[in-house]
Amino acid sequence: MEHHLIRRVEYVKLLNTYPEKKSALGTLYLTATHLIYVEQTNNNTRTETWVLHHHIMSVEKLPLTASGCPLLICCKTFQLLHLLFQRERDCQDVFQSLLRLSQPVKEEELYAFLYNPHQNEVDRRQGWEFISVANDFSRMGLSNEYWEISHLNKNYEICSTYPSILGLPKNASVAVVTGSAKFRSRGRLPVLSYYHKDTKAALCRCSQPLSGLTSRCVEDEQMLQAISQANSNCPFIYVVDTRPKLNAMANRAAGKGYENEDNYSNIRFQFQGIENIHVMRNSLQKLLEVCSMKSPSMSDYLTGLENSGWLRHIKSVMDAGVFLAKAVCDERASVLVHCSDGWDRTAQVCSLACILLDPYYRTIKGLMVLIEKEWISFGHKFSHRCGHLDTDPKEVSPVFTQFLECVWQLSEQLPCVFEFNERYLIEIHNQVYACQYGNFIGNCQKERLDVRLHEKTFSLWPYLLKNQHLYRNPLYRRSLESTVLRPSTLPLHFKFWCGMYNHYDRGMHPKQSVLDQLLSLTQKQVEGERTMTELQRQLAVADGVLPDPSGPINTPAEQDGPSEKTPTAPVVQSNGSCAPLINGDAEEAGPGAEKCNEKEGADPGATEHDLTSSEDKPVSVETEHSKEEEQESS
Amino acid sequence: MEFAELIKTPRVDGVVLRRPFMPTVEGTLCLTGHHLILSSRQDNTEELWLLHANIDSTEKRFVGSLGTIIVKCKDLRVIQLDIPGMEECLNIASSIEALSTLDSVSLMYPFFYRPLFEVIEDGWQSFVPEESFKDLESMTDEWRLSEVNKDFSVCPSYPSLLTVPRDIDDESLCKAASFRHGGRFPVLSYYHKKNGMVIMRAAQPLTGTNGRRCKEDEKLINATLCAGKRGYIIDTRTIAVAQQAKARGGGFEQEANYPQWRRIHKAIERSNVLQDSLIKLVEACNDQSHSMDRWLSKLEASNWQSNVKEILTTACLAAQCIDREGASVLVHGTEGTDSTLQVTSLAQIILDPACRTIRGFEVLIEREWLQAGHPFQQRCAQSAYSNGKLRSEAPVFLLFLDCVWQILRQFPCSFQFNENLLIMLFEHAYASQFGTFLGNCVAERGKLQLSQKTVSLWSWVNRPQELERFLNPLYEPNNLVIWPSVAPQSLLLWEGVFLRWNRSTKCLDEAYQEMVHIIEYNKELQNKVNSLRRQLAQLETEDKMVADLK
Repeated sequence: MEHHLIRRVEYVKLLNTYPEKKSALGTLYLTATHLIYVEQTNNNTRTETWVLHHHIMSVEKLPLTASGCPLLICCKTFQLLHLLFQRERDCQDVFQSLLRLSQPVKEEELYAFLYNPHQNEVDRRQGWEFISVANDFSRMGLSNEYWEISHLNKNYEICSTYPSILGLPKNASVAVVTGSAKFRSRGRLPVLSYYHKDTKAALCRCSQPLSGLTSRCVEDEQMLQAISQANSNCPFIYVVDTRPKLNAMANRAAGKGYENEDNYSNIRFQFQGIENIHVMRNSLQKLLEVCSMKSPSMSDYLTGLENSGWLRHIKSVMDAGVFLAKAVCDERASVLVHCSDGWDRTAQVCSLACILLDPYYRTIKGLMVLIEKEWISFGHKFSHRCGHLDTDPKEVSPVFTQFLECVWQLSEQLPCVFEFNERYLIEIHNQVYACQYGNFIGNCQKERLDVRLHEKTFSLWPYLLKNQHLYRNPLYRRSLESTVLRPSTLPLHFKFWCGMYNHYDRGMHPKQSVLDQLLSLTQKQVEGERTMTELQRQLAVADGVLPDPSGPINTPAEQDGPSEKTPTAPVVQSNGSCAPLINGDAEEAGPGAEKCNEKEGADPGATEHDLTSSEDKPVSVETEHSKEEEQESS
Repeated sequence: MEFAELIKTPRVDGVVLRRPFMPTVEGTLCLTGHHLILSSRQDNTEELWLLHANIDSTEKRFVGSLGTIIVKCKDLRVIQLDIPGMEECLNIASSIEALSTLDSVSLMYPFFYRPLFEVIEDGWQSFVPEESFKDLESMTDEWRLSEVNKDFSVCPSYPSLLTVPRDIDDESLCKAASFRHGGRFPVLSYYHKKNGMVIMRAAQPLTGTNGRRCKEDEKLINATLCAGKRGYIIDTRTIAVAQQAKARGGGFEQEANYPQWRRIHKAIERSNVLQDSLIKLVEACNDQSHSMDRWLSKLEASNWQSNVKEILTTACLAAQCIDREGASVLVHGTEGTDSTLQVTSLAQIILDPACRTIRGFEVLIEREWLQAGHPFQQRCAQSAYSNGKLRSEAPVFLLFLDCVWQILRQFPCSFQFNENLLIMLFEHAYASQFGTFLGNCVAERGKLQLSQKTVSLWSWVNRPQELERFLNPLYEPNNLVIWPSVAPQSLLLWEGVFLRWNRSTKCLDEAYQEMVHIIEYNKELQNKVNSLRRQLAQLETEDKMVADLK
């Protein structure tokens, strides 16, 4: 394959973003998948910069200077590389190669089709089955009295960009479903996104109706009626058009548009004013110009930030998400959300509302489920929006990035409610563009099935889970009583996300990381607890309280029980409030029982039980000892 | 004067207190000579005790017979009092107005305050110049302590003891003083142990339009340079502003007269501009109605963040000259009591790990701000809600604290103290029960007999019970120079001060508690492990002894 061609150029300079700092001198390598820059330093240390070709957004040859031929590489991860070649020919060669390598034409050329993370077919299948949207529906309590899982779209005939299973109101007939689909842009009919058990209110999503100036559709009206009737707690449903009113009105002339309140019974219609993908693309462009300014003044920066409009757009998405969450939990009202096609703004707003409403989606695994559900399965066009292939640049837009940023903004305001930290969001963002795993390739479920993605590529989620220790938020408190998040959406509570957009300008970041500090402490804590357990067991043995493990009577399994139990008690006595901390270490959202599985040979539940119960009834070494003796004598 | 004369209505029942993010309280409002108190007489609700001195401005409104007083405080909080009865409301409002704008320093609360705690360590005696000089003496013999300003006649805003080059006699100092604005001749501010370089500070030289010079001044600052070394003069003003100063008798050092020095001009704003900046910033932060664009544009227009950036950049420059270039530095602006002190004190925080401890930070504030003659009383007479005519109010010290916070945010493990200490200092600089920030210079404080008649802030802060609140749980002493980033992306709005009353802090407090908890728990765990190890070792030796005996 021609992409295996490896190029090597020596004496390439990597210019520093800070003009006053010295630039590096090194060697540039191009492999089939990566651009690698190896810096030569005096003291024989190598610094390597690896850039995945898929991460490259643009390559630009800048005008020749006295010092060489400059090449500017901008990445989708917001990394900037400013290279300086000695020879024009090298520069031109690298430029040409990178253009080709960074913009594959066919899907099969994507990295994911080559990449194998040392897994066999069984691992691969399990990896893909690990996150399941169907499971999430059962977690919400579906099917129930009002909602059911429908297989009407099994063959993607009703809607080609929807998933094969859909959550639909039980009392919507097949005729109503198919009729409604015909009245919606690209057949994206109203279906369930999230069911809120406590209020019975449902979050539903669709695309715009083909209402034009006068058209109406009885089935669609009945469909909304059915959604409304599925929630007895509220006599009306909100219909939220996330677009600015002007955009929605313009669509009417093209035979699309928005719901006429006169035709639908008991709906409350609302615009939200989130701009379209083109505005967002331009806004990001402007934001990145601000980020890459050389030594800007504060005024340049703040003015640039304002003019980019980026934070205004982030706020508009957040506002809409908060509106949805409030409607569901405060007014107990079901909400139907759409934009134009219902795969960009609708996905942003629905997934954000889910995070605000349900603590599950704030966990490491929960966020995977949410992305799988609202984005991947509901047909957010990742291939187009991320520009994986050399296609229409007007289709590219940072819609998913904005969603991740909204989550980050939430985590800044509410530091204890997410199980993951900022790095998790950034890693997901990088992976979306990397195409190393198959998850974000293709534009909808049907497309993925057609290219047999699950057979040819691997899933990202097991990889992230394996590394989850990196992504933990040490401050996470599972037990926070308020389950619904109520963030402030005042403009002054939105911040510029330096960690994302200036991620590679390390000099701008805090020089000491509280996160690293706390992560290493939680790691130390696990080790400390283990050491203490072991020491206490040894002490008990040395004291003659516990029989010598080398003695003939005991099997190791029998010792483990008490030794796991006894040591934990003193900690709890001295520091009764440590229980949630230890909980915080458990892997799953459920009660801490899983945690014990990590400890070798421990009786599941025993440690946890002691931690909580011994607060008022300390278990002393002596009592354990007598139990042990009883066991022995019997 | 009796306070009673100013208090027309000492108490009103049925007053409703409204504060953002806090429950409404209904109760009795009482006015005393120094406090506005609102008590609901219920155990579970918080009382409001507000120092009149903390009140920046008030507004009153009437709807029927219900009067409302909006009280805007120097610590930036805004509270609303609904007072039934027009007359009562008017009386209360005029009393507050009168009591919060008392002219006489000796009527201020610190002169009436009696501590409810036992003063273990008297803060007035905690920081003696002789002590820090002893430290210096142990490192170098090139400096001496001069008593030339014993009676404050050479420089009224300087303390009585000053550290100057050993070879310069008091007579030369007097001559140099006459050549510097306000008599503030160059004195030692900081000695960099690592390479012996120094920061000195002064006021502008009085060169005037005809280029006056002063041999003693030249000699004085040259005496701080090693042979063959060059130094840097950092003028905190732009060259244009410095030029203009000549017309008023001020100016800057001519290169020809100071050939061993390179002059660098920076652009730290003058105090009246800073006050305007603060007013605009706080107005932007309090206006919750505007859009994102309006917020960002108002934030930009306030110029506050630009001021933070410029001050930090200048401090970094001074620190760079010392640590990277190995050159000594002289810093001055116009009067040498504002931007000069911001730069010299921040440079020390960057360079000197001692300044990042609580005690060291207190020493720094005592030495570089209080002793150095920053006119606290003038600068902090009014805060962001000042609507009357301003005299010399300016948030110079607040900007310094903001810059420290920026460094603290970038080096969260390098400071022994946390943000609470900085916020507390901001509050007490503007209104306090302690005498520390009263007066404008050492001479004034002596006249006011503050050390006899008032309690020092440090007496209170340094009590173990109080210190705990200010300790940074992440602190790990580090002996390095810490270089903060001054990129706009790295400098954030100091929410702890400016959004303090405009947000619910519940979640952030929880996060902080959680962090403290993790750290404490770990320490405890390590202690447990260590003690177990000891026990085990002891048992093993005992066993061994038993075995040996056998």
